[in-house]
Amino acid sequence: MTARERGAAIDIKAATKRYGNFTALDDVTLHIEPGEFMTLLGPSGSGKTTTLNVVAGFTDLTSGDLAVGGKSIVALPAHKRNIGVVFQHYALFPHMTVGKNVAYPLTLRGMDKQARDRLVVRALDMVKMADFAHRYPSELSGGQQQRVALARAIVFDPPLLLMDEPLGALDKKLREWLQLEIKRIHRELGTTFVYVTHDQEEALVLSDRIAVFNQGRIEQVGTGRQLYDEPTTLFVAKFIGESTSLRGEAQTSGNETSLTIAGQKIVANGKLAGGRKPVVLLRPEKLSLAGTNTPPAAGQNSLTGEVSEAIYLGSGSKYQVTLRDGSVAIVRSSLEATPFSIGDTVDLRWSVVDAKLLADDDRADMTMT
Amino acid sequence: MRLAPFRILLGLFCLLVAVWLVMPTLVIIPMSFNEKKSLAFPPSGFSWQWYENFFTNPDWLSSFFNSLRVAGLVAVAATLIGTLAALGLSRMKHSGAGLLRAILITPMIVPGVVLAIGIYAVYLDYQLVGTTTGFVIAHTMLAIPFVIIAVSASLEVFDVRLETAAASLGADRFTAFRTVTLPLIAPGILSGLLFAFVTSFDEIIVALFITSPYLKTLPVQIFTSITRDADPTVTAVGTIIFIATTLIISAGLIISSKSTRS
Repeated sequence: MTARERGAAIDIKAATKRYGNFTALDDVTLHIEPGEFMTLLGPSGSGKTTTLNVVAGFTDLTSGDLAVGGKSIVALPAHKRNIGVVFQHYALFPHMTVGKNVAYPLTLRGMDKQARDRLVVRALDMVKMADFAHRYPSELSGGQQQRVALARAIVFDPPLLLMDEPLGALDKKLREWLQLEIKRIHRELGTTFVYVTHDQEEALVLSDRIAVFNQGRIEQVGTGRQLYDEPTTLFVAKFIGESTSLRGEAQTSGNETSLTIAGQKIVANGKLAGGRKPVVLLRPEKLSLAGTNTPPAAGQNSLTGEVSEAIYLGSGSKYQVTLRDGSVAIVRSSLEATPFSIGDTVDLRWSVVDAKLLADDDRADMTMT
Repeated sequence: MRLAPFRILLGLFCLLVAVWLVMPTLVIIPMSFNEKKSLAFPPSGFSWQWYENFFTNPDWLSSFFNSLRVAGLVAVAATLIGTLAALGLSRMKHSGAGLLRAILITPMIVPGVVLAIGIYAVYLDYQLVGTTTGFVIAHTMLAIPFVIIAVSASLEVFDVRLETAAASLGADRFTAFRTVTLPLIAPGILSGLLFAFVTSFDEIIVALFITSPYLKTLPVQIFTSITRDADPTVTAVGTIIFIATTLIISAGLIISSKSTRS
């Protein structure tokens, strides 16, 4: 049996949760593969934590179904679900030592002391906390407490581990180190991990796939690369990574959409169905700057603007360019590119194929953090 | 050092207040060793006779054991009811929780005499005057607020999310309560128990109304003894009760301060 086979598949089907008039989860459907590391990403109040609480059994669904390993668990109370949960606030029992905390789920399952001790040591070893078994939680740092909490959640070998912003209360350095630890533990265990975060970088570091939540719905599910390169909504595009969005008077001809921005015309491949207002989305590394006297190459778009910020990053430079319509573009250029200074009038250039045509959505800006 | 005179004055004032507060209680200690059968202060001579009298006179002993029995039962009943009430109140999200809490605390605020008259009137009808049951019911009512306050204080610092964590690890609600909640609020419960015991043990107002020649508690015996024949045994009893309650209440305070420490 390979490690990968030990996790369970999760199926969330048309899950809806309403609190009075407020819809916390709106018809969410999500399939998670056995052993997959799935991150639920979104701003606060987007439904990601509600989804986690529903899977854990802390929150009941208004409608919909939930299956782990092919069996519906909607009717099971939390304590019968056999799912590990790691909380943001650690939730270690302060009156028990680290060893007792980790042994707790095993004691509840009626395991004898010998077997229990063996598993506790193994779980604490995995999180590198074996030397702390006799300490009390209050004697540990936040990072140590969270590692113990992780050991406690995996010691009974659940087929599914849920983590609710487990690194949210820790400082950046510790967070980055623990992200790698969590990744390693996921590889070693082969358990299905469902991880909730509002931090897109964390999601990219950890996940096999990411489900982006917004206002109680899933906007898009995919690998980090898919979400970055092929976002299907403006919200996803803006939530994952940096981007520039261009808006203007639109015209379509054939399978091509053109925008007129402050008198200059640009084109993008594709067109939107249903006459929705289009936005052209560009990633910073797809953009380049050029002097206004050099003509654009074939298949390139060009927009004139003024450099309003220039930052040297070591590996390259980052520019903010204010375009004539007032919108701001973010450009990342390599070291070899010609440098520009603040105040320079420049042409913003990109290949037509590198632009992404998306439907405009005023919710996308509102929820940016 | 410019502040020295002020500091000395402040010190003297504090001492005065302390003496004022503690003296009336401490006065009974030397008096309990009085040689003569009188309550005069200062006492003269030294003897253990009033202590001897307490431990040999059946009137005193039986009232002492009555008080112990009643206070013991009250402590158990009030702790049970008060703890359950505090748990319920802490989990009530309804706005009625505040009102309910106020109602449960009233026996502590309502003047004892008013309660006593009410209780007496009802007890006459139900023949509860002079019965252990009557005493336990009345004193439990008086003691419940103390338990609610002590247990609520430790529930205030108890993190309910620990019960959610316990559930995720496989504990049903009762197991989670037994293994997580109960050990963490135990200090509050214990201090509530001690307060309940003491509340009943030294209660006099209600006791005076519902007592009978067949069932006297110790405070009632002290009161009737001192109004009838100025028996110095009361000073010996007073000293014993004073020392015992001081120990019990200190224990309670130490335990509850430990539980709210963090």
